[in-house]
Amino acid sequence: MPSVFHLLPFFVAAWLFFCGLYGLVSSKHLVHSVICLAILQSSTYILLLGIGYRVGGTAPIFADIAPGTLTVDPVVQALMLTDVVVEAVVVALLLAMVVKAHEKSGTVSPDDLRTLRG
Amino acid sequence: MIWIGAGLLVLVAVSGWGVVRTRDVTSQVIALGFYGVLMALVFFFFQAPDVALSQITVGAVALPLMVMLAISRMKFRAASQRDKGERDA
Amino acid sequence: MPEATRTRLFLVFGGVFLLLFCYSVMDLPPWGDYRGPYGDVIARVGVYERHATDAVNAINYDYRAFDTLGEEFILFTAVLGVMMLLRREEGTATRDAGKVKDAMRLSTSVRTAAMPTILLTVVFGFYIGLHGQLTPGGGFQAGVILASVPFLLYICENTESFRRVTSHTCLEVIEASGAGAYVLIGLAPFVMGMPFLTNFLPLGTTGDVFSSGTIALISACVGFEVTAAFLLVGYTYLQEIITGEITEE
Repeated sequence: MPSVFHLLPFFVAAWLFFCGLYGLVSSKHLVHSVICLAILQSSTYILLLGIGYRVGGTAPIFADIAPGTLTVDPVVQALMLTDVVVEAVVVALLLAMVVKAHEKSGTVSPDDLRTLRG
Repeated sequence: MIWIGAGLLVLVAVSGWGVVRTRDVTSQVIALGFYGVLMALVFFFFQAPDVALSQITVGAVALPLMVMLAISRMKFRAASQRDKGERDA
Repeated sequence: MPEATRTRLFLVFGGVFLLLFCYSVMDLPPWGDYRGPYGDVIARVGVYERHATDAVNAINYDYRAFDTLGEEFILFTAVLGVMMLLRREEGTATRDAGKVKDAMRLSTSVRTAAMPTILLTVVFGFYIGLHGQLTPGGGFQAGVILASVPFLLYICENTESFRRVTSHTCLEVIEASGAGAYVLIGLAPFVMGMPFLTNFLPLGTTGDVFSSGTIALISACVGFEVTAAFLLVGYTYLQEIITGEITEE
Protein backbone atom coordinates (compact mmCIF):
# COMPACT_ATOMS: atom_id res chain seq x y z
CA MET A 1 0.00 0.00 0.00
CA PRO A 2 1.79 3.14 -1.11
CA SER A 3 2.08 5.69 1.66
CA VAL A 4 1.51 9.40 1.47
CA PHE A 5 5.23 10.00 1.20
CA HIS A 6 5.51 7.96 -1.98
CA LEU A 7 2.80 9.96 -3.70
CA LEU A 8 3.47 13.42 -2.23
CA PRO A 9 4.05 15.38 -5.50
CA PHE A 10 0.82 14.02 -6.98
CA PHE A 11 -1.18 15.00 -3.91
CA VAL A 12 0.42 18.46 -3.91
CA ALA A 13 -0.48 18.82 -7.60
CA ALA A 14 -4.10 17.86 -6.85
CA TRP A 15 -4.22 20.36 -3.97
CA LEU A 16 -2.82 23.19 -6.14
CA PHE A 17 -5.38 22.37 -8.85
CA PHE A 18 -8.15 22.55 -6.27
CA CYS A 19 -6.79 25.88 -4.92
CA GLY A 20 -6.71 27.39 -8.39
CA LEU A 21 -10.27 26.25 -9.12
CA TYR A 22 -11.51 27.63 -5.79
CA GLY A 23 -9.89 30.97 -6.55
CA LEU A 24 -11.52 31.07 -10.00
CA VAL A 25 -14.98 30.28 -8.62
CA SER A 26 -14.93 32.70 -5.70
CA SER A 27 -13.12 35.59 -7.34
CA LYS A 28 -14.33 39.18 -7.18
CA HIS A 29 -11.69 40.77 -9.41
CA LEU A 30 -10.84 39.63 -12.90
CA VAL A 31 -7.06 40.02 -12.45
CA HIS A 32 -7.30 37.82 -9.33
CA SER A 33 -8.94 35.09 -11.41
CA VAL A 34 -6.19 35.30 -14.05
CA ILE A 35 -3.52 34.81 -11.39
CA CYS A 36 -5.44 31.81 -10.01
CA LEU A 37 -5.34 30.39 -13.55
CA ALA A 38 -1.55 30.65 -13.41
CA ILE A 39 -1.56 28.68 -10.13
CA LEU A 40 -3.72 26.04 -11.82
CA GLN A 41 -1.20 25.76 -14.63
CA SER A 42 1.72 25.39 -12.27
CA SER A 43 0.14 22.32 -10.67
CA THR A 44 0.88 20.39 -13.87
CA TYR A 45 4.59 21.22 -13.56
CA ILE A 46 4.76 19.53 -10.15
CA LEU A 47 2.90 16.50 -11.50
CA LEU A 48 5.18 16.04 -14.52
CA LEU A 49 8.39 16.54 -12.59
CA GLY A 50 7.19 14.15 -9.91
CA ILE A 51 6.82 11.45 -12.55
CA GLY A 52 10.31 11.99 -13.91
CA TYR A 53 12.28 12.09 -10.67
CA ARG A 54 14.68 9.31 -9.71
CA VAL A 55 16.26 9.03 -6.27
CA GLY A 56 20.04 9.35 -6.56
CA GLY A 57 19.80 10.66 -10.11
CA THR A 58 21.51 13.84 -11.19
CA ALA A 59 20.68 16.53 -13.75
CA PRO A 60 20.74 15.34 -17.41
CA ILE A 61 23.57 17.68 -18.41
CA PHE A 62 26.58 15.72 -19.60
CA ALA A 63 29.09 18.56 -19.71
CA ASP A 64 31.06 17.15 -16.80
CA ILE A 65 29.72 13.65 -16.23
CA ALA A 66 29.98 10.67 -18.52
CA PRO A 67 26.89 9.62 -20.50
CA GLY A 68 25.51 6.56 -18.78
CA THR A 69 25.44 7.80 -15.19
CA LEU A 70 22.08 7.70 -13.46
CA THR A 71 20.05 10.79 -14.38
CA VAL A 72 16.47 11.94 -14.05
CA ASP A 73 14.18 11.97 -17.06
CA PRO A 74 15.08 14.70 -19.61
CA VAL A 75 11.97 14.29 -21.80
CA VAL A 76 9.60 15.67 -19.16
CA GLN A 77 11.88 18.65 -18.52
CA ALA A 78 11.94 19.46 -22.22
CA LEU A 79 8.14 19.53 -22.28
CA MET A 80 7.99 21.95 -19.35
CA LEU A 81 10.71 24.36 -20.39
CA THR A 82 8.74 25.91 -23.24
CA ASP A 83 5.52 25.72 -21.27
CA VAL A 84 6.78 28.02 -18.52
CA VAL A 85 7.65 30.83 -20.93
CA VAL A 86 4.48 30.44 -23.00
CA GLU A 87 2.36 30.64 -19.83
CA ALA A 88 3.54 34.21 -19.20
CA VAL A 89 2.50 35.40 -22.65
CA VAL A 90 -0.90 33.67 -22.46
CA VAL A 91 -1.47 35.42 -19.10
CA ALA A 92 -0.63 38.68 -20.90
CA LEU A 93 -3.30 37.89 -23.51
CA LEU A 94 -5.91 37.22 -20.81
CA LEU A 95 -4.96 40.47 -19.07
CA ALA A 96 -5.41 42.35 -22.36
CA MET A 97 -8.98 41.02 -22.42
CA VAL A 98 -9.46 42.18 -18.82
CA VAL A 99 -8.14 45.66 -19.68
CA LYS A 100 -10.51 45.86 -22.64
CA ALA A 101 -13.47 44.76 -20.51
CA HIS A 102 -12.59 47.44 -17.97
CA GLU A 103 -12.38 50.01 -20.75
CA LYS A 104 -15.79 49.17 -22.17
CA SER A 105 -17.78 48.69 -18.97
CA GLY A 106 -15.83 50.44 -16.24
CA THR A 107 -15.89 47.51 -13.81
CA VAL A 108 -13.56 44.59 -13.08
CA SER A 109 -15.92 42.43 -11.06
CA PRO A 110 -16.99 39.23 -12.86
CA ASP A 111 -20.44 39.31 -11.25
CA ASP A 112 -21.27 42.63 -12.89
CA LEU A 113 -20.14 41.42 -16.29
CA ARG A 114 -22.09 38.22 -16.13
CA THR A 115 -24.99 38.64 -18.53
CA LEU A 116 -24.62 39.32 -22.22
CA ARG A 117 -27.20 41.93 -22.99
CA GLY A 118 -28.56 41.71 -26.49
CA MET B 1 17.79 14.48 1.26
CA ILE B 2 14.31 13.48 0.29
CA TRP B 3 12.95 15.09 3.44
CA ILE B 4 14.06 18.49 2.14
CA GLY B 5 12.11 17.81 -1.02
CA ALA B 6 9.03 16.78 0.92
CA GLY B 7 9.27 19.91 3.05
CA LEU B 8 9.60 22.13 -0.02
CA LEU B 9 6.53 20.51 -1.59
CA VAL B 10 4.44 21.13 1.53
CA LEU B 11 5.67 24.74 1.53
CA VAL B 12 4.56 25.10 -2.11
CA ALA B 13 1.11 23.79 -1.22
CA VAL B 14 0.74 26.28 1.65
CA SER B 15 2.07 29.14 -0.49
CA GLY B 16 -0.35 28.33 -3.31
CA TRP B 17 -3.26 28.54 -0.87
CA GLY B 18 -1.84 31.85 0.35
CA VAL B 19 -1.72 33.33 -3.16
CA VAL B 20 -5.33 32.36 -3.84
CA ARG B 21 -6.62 33.82 -0.59
CA THR B 22 -4.97 37.22 -1.08
CA ARG B 23 -7.77 39.49 -2.23
CA ASP B 24 -5.97 42.76 -2.95
CA VAL B 25 -4.51 42.45 -6.42
CA THR B 26 -1.31 44.44 -5.86
CA SER B 27 -0.34 42.29 -2.86
CA GLN B 28 -1.21 39.19 -4.82
CA VAL B 29 1.46 40.07 -7.37
CA ILE B 30 4.11 40.04 -4.64
CA ALA B 31 2.77 36.71 -3.38
CA LEU B 32 2.93 35.35 -6.93
CA GLY B 33 6.57 36.39 -7.16
CA PHE B 34 7.37 34.57 -3.93
CA TYR B 35 5.49 31.51 -5.17
CA GLY B 36 7.48 31.59 -8.41
CA VAL B 37 10.85 31.66 -6.63
CA LEU B 38 9.71 28.82 -4.35
CA MET B 39 8.73 26.75 -7.40
CA ALA B 40 12.18 27.41 -8.84
CA LEU B 41 13.70 25.96 -5.62
CA VAL B 42 11.51 22.88 -6.01
CA PHE B 43 12.69 22.52 -9.60
CA PHE B 44 16.30 22.70 -8.43
CA PHE B 45 15.56 19.93 -5.94
CA PHE B 46 14.06 17.84 -8.75
CA GLN B 47 17.40 18.09 -10.63
CA ALA B 48 15.95 20.25 -13.44
CA PRO B 49 18.26 23.28 -13.91
CA ASP B 50 16.85 24.28 -17.31
CA VAL B 51 13.31 24.49 -16.04
CA ALA B 52 14.45 26.27 -12.85
CA LEU B 53 16.20 28.94 -14.95
CA SER B 54 13.03 29.44 -16.98
CA GLN B 55 10.88 29.63 -13.86
CA ILE B 56 13.14 32.19 -12.15
CA THR B 57 13.19 34.52 -15.13
CA VAL B 58 9.50 34.16 -15.93
CA GLY B 59 7.99 33.76 -12.48
CA ALA B 60 9.96 36.49 -10.75
CA VAL B 61 10.46 38.96 -13.61
CA ALA B 62 8.08 38.56 -16.53
CA LEU B 63 4.81 37.44 -14.91
CA PRO B 64 4.65 40.07 -12.12
CA LEU B 65 5.72 42.66 -14.70
CA MET B 66 2.84 41.75 -17.03
CA VAL B 67 0.29 41.85 -14.22
CA MET B 68 1.58 45.18 -12.88
CA LEU B 69 1.51 46.69 -16.38
CA ALA B 70 -2.13 45.68 -16.77
CA ILE B 71 -3.09 47.03 -13.33
CA SER B 72 -1.26 50.31 -13.93
CA ARG B 73 -2.96 50.76 -17.31
CA MET B 74 -6.38 50.36 -15.69
CA LYS B 75 -5.47 52.80 -12.90
CA PHE B 76 -4.05 55.32 -15.40
CA ARG B 77 -7.26 55.29 -17.37
CA ALA B 78 -9.40 55.57 -14.22
CA ALA B 79 -7.33 58.48 -12.91
CA SER B 80 -7.53 60.23 -16.26
CA GLN B 81 -11.33 59.84 -16.37
CA ARG B 82 -11.53 61.33 -12.90
CA ASP B 83 -9.39 64.29 -13.98
CA LYS B 84 -11.53 64.79 -17.05
CA GLY B 85 -14.66 64.74 -14.88
CA GLU B 86 -13.15 67.41 -12.62
CA ARG B 87 -12.14 69.60 -15.52
CA ASP B 88 -15.51 69.37 -17.22
CA ALA B 89 -17.43 70.10 -14.04
CA MET C 1 -26.99 32.20 -7.85
CA PRO C 2 -25.71 34.16 -4.84
CA GLU C 3 -22.05 33.98 -4.22
CA ALA C 4 -22.08 32.09 -0.91
CA THR C 5 -24.21 29.30 -2.39
CA ARG C 6 -21.87 29.07 -5.35
CA THR C 7 -18.81 28.71 -3.13
CA ARG C 8 -20.44 26.10 -0.89
CA LEU C 9 -21.60 24.05 -3.89
CA PHE C 10 -18.10 24.21 -5.32
CA LEU C 11 -16.54 23.07 -2.03
CA VAL C 12 -18.74 19.97 -1.99
CA PHE C 13 -18.04 18.94 -5.55
CA GLY C 14 -14.45 20.12 -5.42
CA GLY C 15 -13.85 17.92 -2.40
CA VAL C 16 -15.30 14.93 -4.29
CA PHE C 17 -13.02 15.73 -7.25
CA LEU C 18 -9.98 15.97 -4.95
CA LEU C 19 -10.72 12.57 -3.41
CA LEU C 20 -11.25 10.95 -6.80
CA PHE C 21 -7.98 12.46 -8.07
CA CYS C 22 -6.06 11.16 -5.05
CA TYR C 23 -7.62 7.74 -5.53
CA SER C 24 -6.65 7.65 -9.20
CA VAL C 25 -2.95 8.44 -8.66
CA MET C 26 -2.50 5.62 -6.14
CA ASP C 27 -1.43 3.13 -8.79
CA LEU C 28 1.34 5.28 -10.24
CA PRO C 29 4.94 4.19 -9.59
CA PRO C 30 6.09 5.69 -6.29
CA TRP C 31 7.90 9.00 -6.32
CA GLY C 32 11.58 8.56 -7.13
CA ASP C 33 11.19 5.38 -9.17
CA TYR C 34 11.14 6.47 -12.79
CA ARG C 35 10.81 3.41 -15.00
CA GLY C 36 10.15 4.72 -18.52
CA PRO C 37 12.60 3.73 -21.30
CA TYR C 38 12.78 6.87 -23.42
CA GLY C 39 14.55 9.13 -20.95
CA ASP C 40 17.30 6.57 -20.42
CA VAL C 41 17.72 5.97 -24.15
CA ILE C 42 18.17 9.65 -24.93
CA ALA C 43 20.51 10.18 -21.97
CA ARG C 44 22.66 7.35 -23.28
CA VAL C 45 22.86 8.19 -26.99
CA GLY C 46 22.12 11.93 -27.14
CA VAL C 47 25.69 13.10 -26.67
CA TYR C 48 27.08 10.79 -29.35
CA GLU C 49 24.35 11.29 -31.92
CA ARG C 50 23.99 15.06 -31.75
CA HIS C 51 27.23 16.25 -30.10
CA ALA C 52 25.17 18.26 -27.60
CA THR C 53 25.89 17.83 -23.91
CA ASP C 54 22.58 19.29 -22.74
CA ALA C 55 20.08 16.48 -23.22
CA VAL C 56 17.07 18.67 -22.45
CA ASN C 57 17.86 21.19 -25.20
CA ALA C 58 18.77 18.41 -27.62
CA ILE C 59 15.26 17.06 -27.10
CA ASN C 60 13.70 20.51 -27.38
CA TYR C 61 15.38 21.64 -30.58
CA ASP C 62 16.16 18.38 -32.31
CA TYR C 63 14.38 15.21 -31.25
CA ARG C 64 11.08 16.99 -30.61
CA ALA C 65 11.67 20.21 -32.53
CA PHE C 66 8.18 20.05 -34.01
CA ASP C 67 6.60 20.54 -30.58
CA THR C 68 8.82 23.56 -29.95
CA LEU C 69 7.72 25.00 -33.29
CA GLY C 70 4.13 24.72 -32.10
CA GLU C 71 4.91 26.39 -28.78
CA GLU C 72 6.73 29.23 -30.50
CA PHE C 73 3.70 29.86 -32.66
CA ILE C 74 1.50 29.88 -29.56
CA LEU C 75 3.72 32.72 -28.33
CA PHE C 76 3.51 34.50 -31.68
CA THR C 77 -0.28 34.23 -31.81
CA ALA C 78 -0.70 35.38 -28.21
CA VAL C 79 1.35 38.53 -28.90
CA LEU C 80 -0.71 39.08 -32.06
CA GLY C 81 -3.85 38.80 -29.94
CA VAL C 82 -2.58 41.32 -27.38
CA MET C 83 -1.66 43.84 -30.07
CA MET C 84 -5.01 43.42 -31.81
CA LEU C 85 -7.04 43.78 -28.61
CA LEU C 86 -5.28 46.93 -27.41
CA ARG C 87 -4.74 48.61 -30.75
CA ARG C 88 -5.56 52.20 -31.41
CA GLU C 89 -7.94 52.24 -34.36
CA GLU C 90 -7.40 54.60 -37.25
CA GLY C 91 -9.44 57.72 -37.05
CA THR C 92 -10.38 57.65 -33.36
CA ALA C 93 -9.84 60.99 -31.74
CA THR C 94 -7.25 61.11 -29.00
CA ARG C 95 -7.10 63.53 -26.16
CA ASP C 96 -4.41 64.50 -23.76
CA ALA C 97 -4.41 62.47 -20.56
CA GLY C 98 -4.34 65.60 -18.45
CA LYS C 99 -2.44 65.99 -15.21
CA VAL C 100 -1.54 62.30 -15.06
CA LYS C 101 2.06 62.12 -16.29
CA ASP C 102 5.10 60.27 -14.95
CA ALA C 103 7.32 63.20 -14.11
CA MET C 104 8.68 61.71 -10.89
CA ARG C 105 12.13 60.20 -11.11
CA LEU C 106 13.10 57.36 -8.81
CA SER C 107 15.70 57.82 -6.07
CA THR C 108 19.41 57.96 -6.82
CA SER C 109 20.17 54.64 -5.15
CA VAL C 110 17.73 52.75 -7.38
CA ARG C 111 19.18 54.35 -10.48
CA THR C 112 22.78 53.74 -9.42
CA ALA C 113 22.05 50.09 -8.72
CA ALA C 114 20.18 49.56 -11.99
CA MET C 115 22.83 50.94 -14.37
CA PRO C 116 25.57 48.27 -13.93
CA THR C 117 22.84 45.65 -13.75
CA ILE C 118 21.93 46.51 -17.33
CA LEU C 119 25.43 45.69 -18.57
CA LEU C 120 25.57 42.46 -16.57
CA THR C 121 22.13 41.41 -17.78
CA VAL C 122 22.95 41.94 -21.46
CA VAL C 123 26.18 39.93 -21.20
CA PHE C 124 24.48 37.20 -19.18
CA GLY C 125 21.58 37.00 -21.63
CA PHE C 126 23.86 36.52 -24.61
CA TYR C 127 25.92 33.94 -22.70
CA ILE C 128 22.86 31.89 -21.81
CA GLY C 129 21.56 32.11 -25.36
CA LEU C 130 24.78 30.99 -27.01
CA HIS C 131 25.50 28.11 -24.64
CA GLY C 132 22.12 26.44 -24.94
CA GLN C 133 23.45 23.18 -26.27
CA LEU C 134 26.22 22.81 -23.67
CA THR C 135 24.82 23.90 -20.29
CA PRO C 136 21.34 24.81 -19.04
CA GLY C 137 20.02 27.70 -21.06
CA GLY C 138 18.93 28.21 -24.62
CA GLY C 139 16.70 30.51 -26.58
CA PHE C 140 13.66 30.76 -24.30
CA GLN C 141 15.53 31.76 -21.16
CA ALA C 142 17.86 34.15 -22.99
CA GLY C 143 14.88 35.85 -24.64
CA VAL C 144 13.23 36.62 -21.32
CA ILE C 145 16.51 37.82 -19.76
CA LEU C 146 17.25 40.17 -22.66
CA ALA C 147 13.67 41.44 -22.71
CA SER C 148 14.04 42.75 -19.17
CA VAL C 149 16.83 45.16 -20.17
CA PRO C 150 14.68 47.98 -21.62
CA PHE C 151 12.50 47.81 -18.52
CA LEU C 152 15.59 48.29 -16.36
CA LEU C 153 16.38 51.29 -18.57
CA TYR C 154 12.84 52.54 -17.99
CA ILE C 155 13.52 52.39 -14.24
CA CYS C 156 16.80 54.29 -14.60
CA GLU C 157 15.68 57.00 -16.94
CA ASN C 158 12.26 58.08 -18.15
CA THR C 159 9.85 56.88 -20.81
CA GLU C 160 11.72 58.76 -23.54
CA SER C 161 14.71 56.44 -23.30
CA PHE C 162 12.42 53.38 -23.31
CA ARG C 163 10.71 54.61 -26.42
CA ARG C 164 14.03 55.31 -28.13
CA VAL C 165 15.43 51.84 -27.41
CA THR C 166 12.38 49.87 -28.47
CA SER C 167 11.40 50.96 -31.95
CA HIS C 168 8.05 49.37 -32.77
CA THR C 169 8.76 48.53 -36.41
CA CYS C 170 12.13 47.02 -35.55
CA LEU C 171 10.59 44.76 -32.90
CA GLU C 172 7.87 43.55 -35.26
CA VAL C 173 10.47 42.72 -37.93
CA ILE C 174 12.67 40.85 -35.44
CA GLU C 175 9.76 38.84 -34.07
CA ALA C 176 8.41 37.85 -37.46
CA SER C 177 11.84 36.94 -38.81
CA GLY C 178 12.57 34.84 -35.72
CA ALA C 179 9.43 32.80 -36.21
CA GLY C 180 9.89 32.60 -39.99
CA ALA C 181 13.53 31.57 -39.75
CA TYR C 182 12.55 28.58 -37.60
CA VAL C 183 10.18 27.38 -40.34
CA LEU C 184 12.80 28.00 -43.03
CA ILE C 185 15.41 26.01 -41.13
CA GLY C 186 12.85 23.23 -40.98
CA LEU C 187 12.06 23.43 -44.70
CA ALA C 188 15.70 23.53 -45.82
CA PRO C 189 16.25 19.73 -45.55
CA PHE C 190 13.52 19.25 -48.19
CA VAL C 191 16.05 20.40 -50.79
CA MET C 192 18.30 17.50 -49.82
CA GLY C 193 15.50 14.96 -49.71
CA MET C 194 15.40 14.63 -45.90
CA PRO C 195 12.42 15.01 -43.58
CA PHE C 196 11.25 18.30 -42.01
CA LEU C 197 13.51 19.70 -39.25
CA THR C 198 16.38 17.24 -39.78
CA ASN C 199 19.68 18.31 -38.26
CA PHE C 200 21.54 18.74 -41.56
CA LEU C 201 24.36 21.11 -40.60
CA PRO C 202 27.82 19.72 -39.63
CA LEU C 203 27.77 18.64 -36.01
CA GLY C 204 31.19 19.85 -34.88
CA THR C 205 33.08 18.74 -31.77
CA THR C 206 31.23 18.15 -28.53
CA GLY C 207 31.78 20.99 -26.11
CA ASP C 208 32.39 23.78 -28.60
CA VAL C 209 30.06 26.75 -28.70
CA PHE C 210 29.35 26.34 -32.42
CA SER C 211 28.50 22.65 -32.37
CA SER C 212 25.50 20.38 -32.76
CA GLY C 213 24.26 21.73 -36.08
CA THR C 214 20.84 23.32 -36.19
CA ILE C 215 20.30 23.18 -32.41
CA ALA C 216 22.34 26.36 -31.83
CA LEU C 217 20.74 28.07 -34.84
CA ILE C 218 17.18 27.29 -33.81
CA SER C 219 18.00 28.36 -30.27
CA ALA C 220 19.20 31.75 -31.54
CA CYS C 221 16.05 32.25 -33.65
CA VAL C 222 13.83 31.41 -30.70
CA GLY C 223 15.81 33.83 -28.50
CA PHE C 224 15.23 36.72 -30.89
CA GLU C 225 11.56 35.94 -31.18
CA VAL C 226 10.92 35.66 -27.44
CA THR C 227 12.77 38.94 -26.73
CA ALA C 228 10.77 40.83 -29.33
CA ALA C 229 7.51 39.21 -28.16
CA PHE C 230 7.91 40.32 -24.54
CA LEU C 231 8.99 43.83 -25.54
CA LEU C 232 6.02 44.19 -27.88
CA VAL C 233 3.61 43.13 -25.15
CA GLY C 234 5.19 45.58 -22.70
CA TYR C 235 5.12 48.38 -25.25
CA THR C 236 1.45 47.73 -26.05
CA TYR C 237 0.47 47.89 -22.39
CA LEU C 238 2.48 51.06 -21.78
CA GLN C 239 1.42 52.80 -24.96
CA GLU C 240 -1.06 55.16 -23.35
CA ILE C 241 1.29 56.00 -20.51
CA ILE C 242 4.24 56.59 -22.84
CA THR C 243 2.49 58.80 -25.36
CA GLY C 244 0.19 60.45 -22.84
CA GLU C 245 -2.85 60.31 -25.09
CA ILE C 246 -6.03 58.36 -24.50
CA THR C 247 -8.53 57.46 -27.18
CA GLU C 248 -11.82 59.24 -26.91
CA GLU C 249 -14.72 56.85 -26.21
